[in-house]
Amino acid sequence: MTNQTIAAPSSKSVNSRSASRKFFKIGRFPGFGLTTLLFFLFLYIPIFILVIFSFNSGRSATIWDGFGLNWYAKAFNNDDIQRAAINSAIIALIATTIATILATLASLVLARSRKFKGQNISYSILMMPLIVPEIVTAVATLSFFSFVGLNLGIGNVIIAHTVFCIPFAFMPIRARLQGMDSTLEQAAMDLYANEWKAFRYVTFPLLMPGIISGAMLAFIISIDDFIITLMVSQAGSTTLPLYIYGMVRMGITPEINVVSSVMLFMSIIFVSLSYLIGRKK
Amino acid sequence: MEPAKREATKRWLGISPAVLVIFIFMVIPICIMAVYAFLEANPYGGVRPHFTLDAFIQFFFEYDFDDNLVFNSAYLNIYWRSFVLAFFTTVLCLLIGFPTAYYIAMQPTNKKNMLIFLVTIPFWTNLLIRTFSWILILRDYGVINNILLGMGVIDKPLTLLYTNGAVLIGLVYTYIPFIVLPIYATVEKLDLRLLEAAHDLYANRRQLMSKIILPLTAPGIIAGGILVFIPSLGAFIAPNLLGGGKKLMIGSLIQLQFASSRNWPFGSAAALFLMAAVLIAMMIYLLGPARKTDLGENAG
Repeated sequence: MTNQTIAAPSSKSVNSRSASRKFFKIGRFPGFGLTTLLFFLFLYIPIFILVIFSFNSGRSATIWDGFGLNWYAKAFNNDDIQRAAINSAIIALIATTIATILATLASLVLARSRKFKGQNISYSILMMPLIVPEIVTAVATLSFFSFVGLNLGIGNVIIAHTVFCIPFAFMPIRARLQGMDSTLEQAAMDLYANEWKAFRYVTFPLLMPGIISGAMLAFIISIDDFIITLMVSQAGSTTLPLYIYGMVRMGITPEINVVSSVMLFMSIIFVSLSYLIGRKK
Repeated sequence: MEPAKREATKRWLGISPAVLVIFIFMVIPICIMAVYAFLEANPYGGVRPHFTLDAFIQFFFEYDFDDNLVFNSAYLNIYWRSFVLAFFTTVLCLLIGFPTAYYIAMQPTNKKNMLIFLVTIPFWTNLLIRTFSWILILRDYGVINNILLGMGVIDKPLTLLYTNGAVLIGLVYTYIPFIVLPIYATVEKLDLRLLEAAHDLYANRRQLMSKIILPLTAPGIIAGGILVFIPSLGAFIAPNLLGGGKKLMIGSLIQLQFASSRNWPFGSAAALFLMAAVLIAMMIYLLGPARKTDLGENAG
């Protein structure tokens, strides 16, 4: 006991000195590493639980009954899920295509030309879908469709999706343009390429990774959207997230886990690809 | 055509399609919604073109049996609860997010990029699905209760789902990546020589944090806080799935008015109040110290 009290101060001072020297080399704080670990566990454990229970052979989504792919078989043969998946794909493909074309045109103007009148306001409007709360966009769009009497079924959903896809497609394309060397274009023009040819054979190929990256993000955002689709869609234009929401309210079975896992998997593949392509030199 | 004019025409052709689409299908809809807030509700959905302030009166008052207006705090309570939950969500996100962002920013480049990529992945995965995974964890015979029951710690399941705590966890889970990214961006730009200098002048760890790191990363902290607070305020999925419909927040209130309650003017008014709250938060951000960093760059 006495030994310990005597020994304690000296060992403590040695510790704190070496600790502070170590801290100095790297500029670190105790507990930050642990917090980071906990952060990532918090972020990923729920997703892993979801995926693991999609392989449950039993009826429960939370009591493990042994490995089985029976819920996958059931989900893939479910007509309603197939229909919802097709709707989701159609909406996302059309919305992405339109949004990406519009975003490419806009970013070429915003990133390349000198300051012009209306530049800031154009930029603010383009970014608006990111700032206005989704629920407000959802009910405002519903009000608008009802006001003008627009009743195109799945078309209404496509219009709503195109709007919020634009900024997501825009950002990677603009980032790519900003990092690009504009002297290449000028060199092409010096060699008698006209403006269109310089764009077609120089700018566009260089911009392609940004366009693909932007299109993929827009596609994912469209596939995943829930609130706006919930408010705007009518009978017959149910998408996968709406279908999942319906299933959750009916009662929880591993079938939800299956559909969710497949969607998660798709998103992760798309984002990883978009990230890799966008980074390509 | 003269070159300057041609240039302007080309600019207009390039930018107007995207801007017009968002203007027609977003700016105009919000204006229409703002007008709806001043009209009479149609019980079958939609509105009747009669001017009235009923939607705003309904926020504070209700009619009793004798048709007298009496004060009603039910809706104010929903706003208050949303503010409180959004506030605690922001605080929790900061407490976890700051050390994480700081730690990641101090890693070698390769590891840093990998970790940041891992932070952004959940952003691109379906929010509904991620929130649903918490139902599996929190429900009566969910993962937590099964573990505790299995270990014999409790003999009947704890009520974890459909509580304010569950909504709070869901909100933190949803928005925490938003706070890590801007803080990470400011920590990364931090000049480490300042820390060394302060250390040479006998500053201890706490002083380093409070006198150097926190002031210099304040723009990122504020930007991140706002990126969490604003969407938490209008959140719909987490309160709806984890709060079970009884713990209403603003988002669910608005959605209900347009769905089952069929009171579009009241829903529009509630949405306008939410927009106002968001604008105020944005103003604080734009006028505050955070304006030095480009939020768009950091979050993008």
